[in-house]
Amino acid sequence: MAAPNKGRRQAGSPGRPGRTLALFLIAMVALTGGMFWSGHVTPRLGIDLAGGTSITLQAKNTPGKPNAINKTNMDTAVSIIERRVNGLGVSEAEVQTQGDENIIVNIPKGTNEKQAREQVGTTAQLYFRPVLTVAAGGQTAPAPTASGSPSPSGSPSPSTSASGEKASEPSSSATPSSSATTQGRAVTDALKKDDPTPTGSASGSPSAPATPDPAATPSADPATAALEKKFTDLDCTKEAQRTKANQGAAPKDTIVACGKNSGDQWEKYILGPAELEGTDVDDAKGVLDPQRGMWIVTMDFTGGGTKKFQSITGKLSQQQPPMNQFAIVLDGNVVSAPSVSQTLGGSAEISGSFTQQSAQDLANILSYGALPLTFEEQSVTTVTAALGGEQLHAGLIAGAIGLALVVIYLVTYYRGLSLIAILSLAASAVMTYTIMALLGPGIGFALNLPAVCGAIVAIGITADSFIVYFERIRDEIREGRTLRPAVERAWPRARRTILVSDFVSFLAAAVLFLVTVGKVQGFAFTLGLTTVLDVVVVFFFTKPVMTILARKKFFASGHSWSGLDPERLGAKPPLRRSRRASAPTEPKEA
Amino acid sequence: MSRLGALGARLYRGEVGYDFVGKRKIWYGISILITITAIVGLAVRGLNMGIEFKGGAVFTVPSTSVSVAQAQEDTEKASGHDAIVQQLGNGGLRIQVTELDTKQADAVKTQLAEDLKVDEAKINADLVGPSWGETIANKAWTGLGIFMILVVIYLAIAFEWRMAVAALIALIHDLTITVGVYALVGFEVTPGTVIGLLTILGYSLYDTVVVFDSLKEGSKDITKQTRWTYSEIANRSINSTLVRSINTTVVALLPVAGLLFIGGGFLGAGMLNDISLSLFVGLAAGAYSSIFIATPLVADLKERDPQIKALKKRVLNKRAAAAAKGEAADGPADTDTEEDTEPGEAAAPAAAAAAGPRGRGAGGRPSGRRR
Repeated sequence: MAAPNKGRRQAGSPGRPGRTLALFLIAMVALTGGMFWSGHVTPRLGIDLAGGTSITLQAKNTPGKPNAINKTNMDTAVSIIERRVNGLGVSEAEVQTQGDENIIVNIPKGTNEKQAREQVGTTAQLYFRPVLTVAAGGQTAPAPTASGSPSPSGSPSPSTSASGEKASEPSSSATPSSSATTQGRAVTDALKKDDPTPTGSASGSPSAPATPDPAATPSADPATAALEKKFTDLDCTKEAQRTKANQGAAPKDTIVACGKNSGDQWEKYILGPAELEGTDVDDAKGVLDPQRGMWIVTMDFTGGGTKKFQSITGKLSQQQPPMNQFAIVLDGNVVSAPSVSQTLGGSAEISGSFTQQSAQDLANILSYGALPLTFEEQSVTTVTAALGGEQLHAGLIAGAIGLALVVIYLVTYYRGLSLIAILSLAASAVMTYTIMALLGPGIGFALNLPAVCGAIVAIGITADSFIVYFERIRDEIREGRTLRPAVERAWPRARRTILVSDFVSFLAAAVLFLVTVGKVQGFAFTLGLTTVLDVVVVFFFTKPVMTILARKKFFASGHSWSGLDPERLGAKPPLRRSRRASAPTEPKEA
Repeated sequence: MSRLGALGARLYRGEVGYDFVGKRKIWYGISILITITAIVGLAVRGLNMGIEFKGGAVFTVPSTSVSVAQAQEDTEKASGHDAIVQQLGNGGLRIQVTELDTKQADAVKTQLAEDLKVDEAKINADLVGPSWGETIANKAWTGLGIFMILVVIYLAIAFEWRMAVAALIALIHDLTITVGVYALVGFEVTPGTVIGLLTILGYSLYDTVVVFDSLKEGSKDITKQTRWTYSEIANRSINSTLVRSINTTVVALLPVAGLLFIGGGFLGAGMLNDISLSLFVGLAAGAYSSIFIATPLVADLKERDPQIKALKKRVLNKRAAAAAKGEAADGPADTDTEEDTEPGEAAAPAAAAAAGPRGRGAGGRPSGRRR
């Protein structure tokens, strides 16, 4: 961007300043119109200006890992939560540790609080487990039509069950059976991994109450029996039971779990050991599947994850339709249990009853990884703005006085030219304000005090651009040129200076934005935004306006109030400079 | 304005000007003195780190009849830690207590409610972890480091390595002075301050780059002439952009000054004050250093370059010869100024503009061939 000679005949060349200006004004009107149309006429304010919600989370020890709550894990948790609530880095949420086992999350007013609470609290332990068996989940579920489809097809509906992962020859396809006894058998058989008999299990007809079933076949293996008992006892419609279903289970354990199928009905599963973990996921996105018209979450795996996924899908895909599913288990719950028809690698998708919001939330959580600890929400309180309304008010007044002084100074020094300066500042201010207001709902941008500071400094940087230009024009006039050539000749040089120096500013903003977190990131964003807008305003507003005004008599004739009076500027009369005719060398940009 | 405009013109032509490069030793001295004061202040007084770096609690108490001093005493008694009490505009109090954890904070809150005779539910307690400011500041320093490396590379490519080095020194100079002022004034260092410092980094370099740009243009093809030394051209560059520098600085400083003095006058110490102080000091230092430190440093470094050294010798020889002949080498228009042409004299580059030797960049404005 610093290349000074590029596109010298671009926007702002003297030929069509009107067109450039018209385009700029249209863009500005469009932005402003968009702002009013979207109804977000004020920027979203950060927690220090508007207050917000403070959530206190307490880390909880998980069984088997007594020393998990340490500084390293807490710091990891903070950075993951920070990324979750502040994904783009501009929402000004604050995440901090408090004491040894608390994390405080401050979210500015106007954020979707419920969503944020889900995002911060979710542990996001993700496992891919083979489905061993599945059944309708509730004691009371009265024949939900959508669930437990009696034909176990290979549809991605998580309602069908699959046999044990090691079942080598699954010959029989499932016979739809409504008998709860069959379910029990299926469990037992599936769990006997050494049992060569292929097991055909079927999803239970929803009419059958799934629990508790006294007819469950007893098993030889006590652990299997215990699991089986747990499975039959489990009532997925009760939240307490759901959360407890597989608490404390290690990834290598065979577990029972609950999940909702596409018909929004609870179902319960027995799942084999985890084959793939959340750490194998490289990136996840919530996207709209155009073919099915539903929201899904796509995941890209890391190198290792790809291999593991190829292996598991290769194994599963050779099995008959009802036995080819794996369950995607998030924090102990089955989010989705898709079937596999071929060996897959590299990426996977989760489909289920997602809305746009839930798909994107899940993708967000998966992308930033699992928390090393489990957290419990301790308190949720509303906090007032750290910067009192009084102070903000006074600050605004002080800022306005400062701006007024700037205007007075510009008018005194530049006279007629200050009109252009003030218009440029105003254009820049309008653009900054509208874009900030639009970015609030757009990417969650929130204006906080550091951002306001960035904007105040931007006044200096924006003003500098046209001060550089004005001084160049005056220099040209001092050379004895008339205004119109002076305006055009001054531009290439001023342009280079503006681009080079703005680039440094932008570099600072970009590096800070990429490296830092939280407030500093928000500040860097504002600085970068205003720097880019500075270039836009100078190129597409200041320069064309200058060109147009140079044609007006008031400026062209060097009226004493135009700020361009050659006499006042001390221009040398052309006569004295006759020798200049012999020095025709052009500067490179001219 | 007419006088200012005329001054601008004379500065532009180099008829008047301050010898920034020639008198650089004075300014280096002043800067070193200020920097040493800043470092001593930092070492002796240390920085008053804010609650975000130490951890603690902020209590916001609604309007109460208890005085600030009384509230401070009560809080310190209740918590056993130092407390900072501020009066808010609505008559309420903002009480900061450092190094408190959750449990202690609840106890202090209850005690405060009793002491200050307000409803406990109306006291808002905001807990701040010590890690927060630290994390933010640490990442900011990382960013600063990476930025400095990148910007040196960029300046070395866009200009040359000497300018990159000089810009970096000027930047460190500005940051040191700002931090030093914080130590001396005793203002609290908050994440806002850190951000103020980062702003300075962007601005200071921005300002330096504008002057360097003019210097680069002025020193183009310098070795092909024997009229001016590099230092003289550097000085001329500063002078010709002086009006711009002053205007830009005034425009940038006015709003910040408004925040600092007017806002500060209304409110006493506060968060806005914290940030605007670091901005004010930093912007002023940034403008100062790009003129008085960065460019003279470039000239210093440049004069060590063999080519430039040789040039200086040639220039001086030529001048000596010209003086011996008692003849103005530069053309009738500027005979009088020619007399003053000594290395490092302010008026020295004056004739450059008028004479326009060999169509050199800023030195000689080319004629308007296009129109």
